[in-house]
Amino acid sequence: MKLITAVIRKERLNDVLAALFEASVYGVTVTPVRGHGGEREPVQTYRGMTVKMELVEKVRLDIGVTEPFVQPAVDAILRGARTGEVGDGKIFVVPVDRVVRIRTGETDGAAVTPEVQTG
Amino acid sequence: MPRPTLPVPLRLPPLQVTLPPLAAAVMVAAFTGGASAAGVGGASAGDLAWMMASTALVLVMVVGLAFFYGGLVRRKNVLNTMMMSFVALGVVGLTFTAVGYSLAFSPGSALLGGLQHVFLRGLGISPANGLPALLAFAFQATFAMISAALVSGAVVERMRFGAYMLVIALWSVVVYAPLAKWVWGGGFLQQLGALDFAGGTVVHINAGVAALVLALVLGRRRDYGRKAMLPHQVPYTLLGAGLLWFGWFGFNGGSAQAANATAVLAFTNTLLAPAATMVVWALLDMARGGRVTAVGIATGLVVGLVAITPAAGFVGPAAALVIGAVAAFPSYALMLWRARSRLDDALDVFAAHGVAGIVGALLTGLFADPAWGAPVHGSLAQLGVQALAVACAIGYSAVGTLIVATLVGRLLPLRADADAEAQGLDVGMHGEEAYTDGEGALLLPVGRVDPRAPAVAKTARSEA
Repeated sequence: MKLITAVIRKERLNDVLAALFEASVYGVTVTPVRGHGGEREPVQTYRGMTVKMELVEKVRLDIGVTEPFVQPAVDAILRGARTGEVGDGKIFVVPVDRVVRIRTGETDGAAVTPEVQTG
Repeated sequence: MPRPTLPVPLRLPPLQVTLPPLAAAVMVAAFTGGASAAGVGGASAGDLAWMMASTALVLVMVVGLAFFYGGLVRRKNVLNTMMMSFVALGVVGLTFTAVGYSLAFSPGSALLGGLQHVFLRGLGISPANGLPALLAFAFQATFAMISAALVSGAVVERMRFGAYMLVIALWSVVVYAPLAKWVWGGGFLQQLGALDFAGGTVVHINAGVAALVLALVLGRRRDYGRKAMLPHQVPYTLLGAGLLWFGWFGFNGGSAQAANATAVLAFTNTLLAPAATMVVWALLDMARGGRVTAVGIATGLVVGLVAITPAAGFVGPAAALVIGAVAAFPSYALMLWRARSRLDDALDVFAAHGVAGIVGALLTGLFADPAWGAPVHGSLAQLGVQALAVACAIGYSAVGTLIVATLVGRLLPLRADADAEAQGLDVGMHGEEAYTDGEGALLLPVGRVDPRAPAVAKTARSEA
């Protein structure tokens, strides 16, 4: 099991989600985050005050997957999030000790295998 | 404004509107409840309707101002900032009723009115001799309210709310009422022939200077100049600016004191001048940063409204456009300077209202045109009279506000403590938050509110 954490551009979120669902990766947590990744800082002006926005708004995805889904998920994020400009974001893949599904008490692999509700 | 009901029939074209120079003082006596002057007709139903609508419009300006200011502060201080405007409706409503109106508009000396109309004594509702005195009072009361609310923009994010209420209560009586007497109530500036149609000196220069003095007495916000303090809700500021403009039609149009030709002129000039200011402001924004800003648009239109206020019923539409356009430059320049200075007039009340008020008051002396109903021709001599009125307003407002602030400062701390300022005055002063979803809020048993419970958690590192 791995936890895939990706920080991406806000405006690419829909593309990334579409690509993930295409790759049958359904379990995802989305968080608005802010950070700095070396991109050019945008300048804003309010009356006499001019400020450089050092933090850029991004979106963070957290995805727990079993081993066979790691590469497809990473590929999907790359497909959806890449523009080629500085600021596209990062993907981190980290090992996970244990996962528990709260509803059933299932653990590990069973817990991250999505059960897609129909009807 | 207390240019009372003009003794001209409504149908006369503007060219024939003339105001006898001395009529003003005479008629002030008439509409404030004194003996009726010969030749003053009764107020028509149209006059009454327009003046009641105008009064309500000026009240809406206070709401607009609350949003204008509220959008410009940080989210932790938005309630406190908006309440500073709203509470002026209550506090100044009472002080103006109690003594303010009488000191400003009842006969007395050339410096101060008498006490005949304390608590509205003797103010009637009959329209037989012109505008009913009670309606004249209501209209004037809203001017006092908005003036006090304007001042608050300089002290936001750091002043204790109770001290603020006491300051504006005293200020409305000690500073506002005498100035209104001088300029509108038959006082010495009116006798000298100073022109102020709707409040360039009494409202805007006065509020701008008072704001400057209070900002200096209070001192800077603790993180001023160290942190970028950005507007938290620019759409509020746009909404507020729009409401201010809407209400200003009553502020200027109602200052004709009747539904007459002068009101038509003032109303139209209120439409034109801010349009010119806004466009010039946008061009200045473009020249400086390559972009037109929303805060700039909102600010520019308010500056234009301020500038046309003293001139609204005295100048033609072309002059209104010129006044609006010219007024953009000094206010814009001062806002650029102020943001780099150590002067924490937080929302630029002086740059917007003080400076544009001065520009408008002076230009009224140049552009006043009897063809449009002004009592005198614009001239260098009139410019001199206007400059004198401006100087008197600046001087009196500065000294009076300093005295009020010092006095209140002796009784109460003026500043919020460091913790309240750091965590925001919404929680610190009022125990409320503007934007909260209630997460982590646990219900207490009914009736168990401990007034001594801290609204603000004390932190170990309270920056001094």
